[in-house]
Amino acid sequence: MNMRNIIRLLSLGLCLSWPVYIFGSPEDDRIAFQAYFQARFPDVPISEYVNGIYALDENAREQWEQIEEFPPYEFAVENGELLFNRPFANGSTYSECFDNQGPGVRQLYPRFDAERGEVITLELAINLCREVNGESAYSYNSDELNSLSAYMAWTSRGNKIDVVIPNDPGALAAYESGKQFYYSKRGQLNFACSDCHVISAGLYVRADHLSASLGHPSHFPVYRSKFGKMISLHSRFYGCVRDVRAKPFEEQSVEYRNLEYFLTYMSNGLIVNGPGARK
Amino acid sequence: MNSVAWQVRKKLIILLTSLICLAVLDSHADEVDDGSLEQGKQLVMARGKGNCLACHAIDDGKLPGNLGPPLLSMRLRFPDEEALRAQIWDATERNSNSRMPPFGKHGILNEEEIDMIVEYLYSL
Ligand code: HEC
Ligand code: HEC
Repeated sequence: MNMRNIIRLLSLGLCLSWPVYIFGSPEDDRIAFQAYFQARFPDVPISEYVNGIYALDENAREQWEQIEEFPPYEFAVENGELLFNRPFANGSTYSECFDNQGPGVRQLYPRFDAERGEVITLELAINLCREVNGESAYSYNSDELNSLSAYMAWTSRGNKIDVVIPNDPGALAAYESGKQFYYSKRGQLNFACSDCHVISAGLYVRADHLSASLGHPSHFPVYRSKFGKMISLHSRFYGCVRDVRAKPFEEQSVEYRNLEYFLTYMSNGLIVNGPGARK
Repeated sequence: MNSVAWQVRKKLIILLTSLICLAVLDSHADEVDDGSLEQGKQLVMARGKGNCLACHAIDDGKLPGNLGPPLLSMRLRFPDEEALRAQIWDATERNSNSRMPPFGKHGILNEEEIDMIVEYLYSL
């Protein structure tokens, strides 16, 4: 690495590790965010980051590719398709709640709903659809909800993530709050998300190899072999917040929805490749 | 027995008993040392407590992480014991962005445990 690259890398690292707003717009943030990883790992194409740690870890990758040959999330996709097409008691279906009648829209979430003044994730949109149609909401991280989300991700594979931050003070505030969450130290262990997944991406905490933030939301929900089931993105947030010995927020809390809004915007331009499989 | 001989003998007895005392004290001191060194090592390696191994290569610890530098030649690199203690007590004092948890300040380790860790680190 030549001196110029080292300086560029250091200054980018410095900027990203400070929870201050040096950059103008979310789009400036996204460009700097992706450039940071490009400079850190010049041999890894940006498009690879949708594969999480396997973008950086050649050894673990082989084993993962073998798992992907008989995807452990296939059952969830099939179940999700069944659930998606089953009419509600009132005769209507999920397809009436979504663009394109549902399939192939994962890349548009989370989105900012100007009327409600809040970030709507895919899981929340599914539950809102149920409630509008007189059905009770699923509990978050339930098999049903993860299956529906798996089916919607599956039908969106290859579509470019395209999260929009409209010129609305509420949307910008939601984005900023997610960004602040990501860079803030928390918990007894005093870690920010960025401490592990930006500054330390590619390093090890004991035997855990740390993946890059970039691409994190592209492949959820994920089949975790450790738990033998599908988990949601917010369930992963929950786990990482608990691991730094901070009080975790509930799935689909405003905090996690804003966090997802920021994090997914950072991955704009990468493709959806969910559902995924992880250890 | 003349008094000179008695004086010599008395001195010898004092010398001998002191030597024995010293030897006993010393072996005792060794025992404490080894014990707390071992405890210090435990704290450094165990997942629940210090878990320093999560981020630093240390001694013969298995599967170390690499967020921080390897901890070796500690006497050479940290001649000032207070500086080493301070790094463990609250690493954010020296580097406000440190990724090392503030072990003392956040109550992860108590004073006594940090002392044992410092002692162990100085043996490396
Ligand atoms: C102390 C280290 C640490 C911190 C802090 C941390 N994580 Fe993680 N995180 C991990 C490890 C280890 C894994 C599993 C290996 C991997 O994929 O990186 C992981 C995995 C993840 C994944 C899943 C990646 C995938 O490809 O499936 C997401 C998403 C994630 N973390 C988000 C967060 C968020 C959001 C925060 C902050 C609230 C956070 N993490 C804080 C260590 C950390
Ligand atoms: C989660 C990561 C992490 C853990 C756990 C951790 N450290 Fe660190 N440590 C670091 C980092 C990163 C540095 C680099 C300096 C800084 O940022 O403070 C560091 C620096 C140090 C230094 C200064 C080394 C030097 O050469 O300047 C010492 C000494 C040290 N750590 C001791 C410990 C001890 C003892 C423990 C356990 C009680 C521990 N560390 C646990 C991450 C960690």
